[in-house]
Amino acid sequence: MIDYIARRLLVMIPTLFIISVLVFVIIQLPPGDYLETLVAELQSQGEAVSQERIAFYRQEYGLGEPIWKQFAVWFWGLLQGNMGYSFEYEMPVADVVGDRIWLTILVSFSTILFIYLVSFPIGVYSAVRQYSLGDYTLTFIGFIGLATPNFLLALILMYLANQWFGISIGGLVDPALRDAPFSLEKLLDILGHLWVPVIVIGTAGTAGMIRRLRANLLDELHKQYVTTARAKGVPPRKLLMKYPLRMALNPFIADIGNLLPEIISGAAIVSVVLSLETTGPMLLGALQSQDMYLAGSFLMALALLTVVGNLLSDLALAALDPRIRLGAEAAR
Amino acid sequence: MSGSEPGENRLPARGADPLDHYVDTAPFDPEAAVRLSPEQERFYLSGQWRLMWLKFKKHRLAVVSGLFLLLVYGSILVSEMLAPVAYDFRNTDFLKAPPQEIHWVRDGAFTGPYVHGYDVSLDMETMSWRYTIDRETVMPLRFFCTGGDYPGARYEFWGLVESSFHVVCPSEGGYFYWLGTDRLGRDMLSRIIQGARISLTVGLIGVAISFTLGVLLGGLAGYYGGLIDSTVQRAIEVVRSFPSLPLWMALSAAMPVNWSPIIVFMGISVILGLLDWPGLARAVRSKLLALREEDFVTAAELMGARPRRIIARHLLPSFSSHLIASATLTIPAMILGETALSFLGLGLRPPITSWGVLLNEAQNFNAIVNTPWLLYPAVPVILVVLAFQFLGDGLRDAADPYK
Repeated sequence: MIDYIARRLLVMIPTLFIISVLVFVIIQLPPGDYLETLVAELQSQGEAVSQERIAFYRQEYGLGEPIWKQFAVWFWGLLQGNMGYSFEYEMPVADVVGDRIWLTILVSFSTILFIYLVSFPIGVYSAVRQYSLGDYTLTFIGFIGLATPNFLLALILMYLANQWFGISIGGLVDPALRDAPFSLEKLLDILGHLWVPVIVIGTAGTAGMIRRLRANLLDELHKQYVTTARAKGVPPRKLLMKYPLRMALNPFIADIGNLLPEIISGAAIVSVVLSLETTGPMLLGALQSQDMYLAGSFLMALALLTVVGNLLSDLALAALDPRIRLGAEAAR
Repeated sequence: MSGSEPGENRLPARGADPLDHYVDTAPFDPEAAVRLSPEQERFYLSGQWRLMWLKFKKHRLAVVSGLFLLLVYGSILVSEMLAPVAYDFRNTDFLKAPPQEIHWVRDGAFTGPYVHGYDVSLDMETMSWRYTIDRETVMPLRFFCTGGDYPGARYEFWGLVESSFHVVCPSEGGYFYWLGTDRLGRDMLSRIIQGARISLTVGLIGVAISFTLGVLLGGLAGYYGGLIDSTVQRAIEVVRSFPSLPLWMALSAAMPVNWSPIIVFMGISVILGLLDWPGLARAVRSKLLALREEDFVTAAELMGARPRRIIARHLLPSFSSHLIASATLTIPAMILGETALSFLGLGLRPPITSWGVLLNEAQNFNAIVNTPWLLYPAVPVILVVLAFQFLGDGLRDAADPYK
């Protein structure tokens, strides 16, 4: 197992490096660098350009240096946990991002939890009662969930939440508590707001998960050992719990790898619509104002989150299923 | 059959003792045990593609979805004719007008479809237009009209030929806003019909790109294995570990502002396609890994066929049906992606009209409360995505007809 963990960790290094190169390329894509834009903008407004500021940026990012050197400066900073400096906010990215990353993690985690809690019973039900009215209804709802754009769902649910429960529109925290220090009251308030985005982001994932669990369980239920067990008189419930369900569970863990990027993607757009204090709206703002280092750090943080999430899911899977850590690698 | 030559004399001579075991003289009929009806025979002898078609036809929902998609895709050829009003025509008399209801019966008598007019007044308190239905004005709908005798009737077909032919249009000098108008007084129905052209082609172009990339990279990885395989695997892992939407956002935000809308459209399609290939590449790779151990590949190799020929002529056809099915299942993701990007204002920009661009207008909370009809473009998005999903499911089931 330790071998396996070590191998997985080693693989992560080149992956993260390539991701950082990609992110840097994306940062550099817009024509001109930020300084030129800034200077031109300030001059057009007739403002004097602070030489200190320009010198500061120059030094911080190695602007004007060859491109590989700029990358080295940026990458070295990342390694030290220095995510760069936001041009727009005029403060270190880490300070700007701070809470937002935690809220993003909170939202993502709750969404995964939601997906599991909802899709598990429904998936099992649909498989065991295949072609029943309930199965058809749930499958249909699942399809609708899969096909509805997230932001539309967010708009509608936000409207309903406001109409029926009087929850403040947008945001994860009540405006009164926004600047308050962290307390139990604030935590409860956040939890009270959390359910709208969680449902919205989780719908598509839930629908997908139900479909997969149903298909897997159906495959398993049609195998001969199930027939044998049934013929020998094992009670249906015990039979289901004991064998096929366990076999069908693997994708539940393995799919975190697919779910996580999906959830973070979904969260990005949903939080723009709901104006949550997560990374989404800020990333959008940074992209629109071409505050590329801020945007780059966000992308990097999100990718890191996904890679780590994948790692965790792989480890969990390996712990559950010895075939994976022993067989799959050896067979390759 | 007579054994005249020496050594061939197997049958006993005429009148000799019978053989000690019985030989039936009737000609051998291989189908004697199970007689196949002509239909069955045709079924057993039909090729792979025909079997798939037969299996696909059984999947009702998939067939209906396929027909629906054909219709919708057909409509983008003649969008301008189907739209009652030119999609970019601004009727400043009717800003944010609510949808008009179509009536069929007037004073207890069937009259054919008609709509009532609006009474427009300005609400000075909220500074917004207030619409009430004017039951006196009756504007019957016309079909296949060429007159061009109402505001917004003239358009340029595909931006080339000027015309004023419409399948449905309001009465002379009248107006017909079945789905209401937006804040500039443009007809929502016409804009939705026009938006289909962009929204639906984005998916196709994107899929074409991701298909090419996926087959190429997956094919190389699966066929050669070794270093190429692990490189491609790593690339797949990198692309997959990016949350797609933020990456799409970043890439489309990086497109220069001064690009023309058409180039932006191409750019968005390319971006959607560039990030979507890993799924397909994986499928191709695993299929190839399984298939390249088959005897027919060894045979081809021994006969001196080059890898390109083996991949293209022998391997690809054996799982192209799977590829088509999975490509169909990726189109909805592209359509949703374009919608999301344009909704955020990072995707396509006006004057290009797509469903996402239209939904961009319905972005804020007030829009839902005051002008809920601006959300109508979401309906075709959901329908098309659902249809692709069902079609893809049907194709996937049919892709393996021997199962």
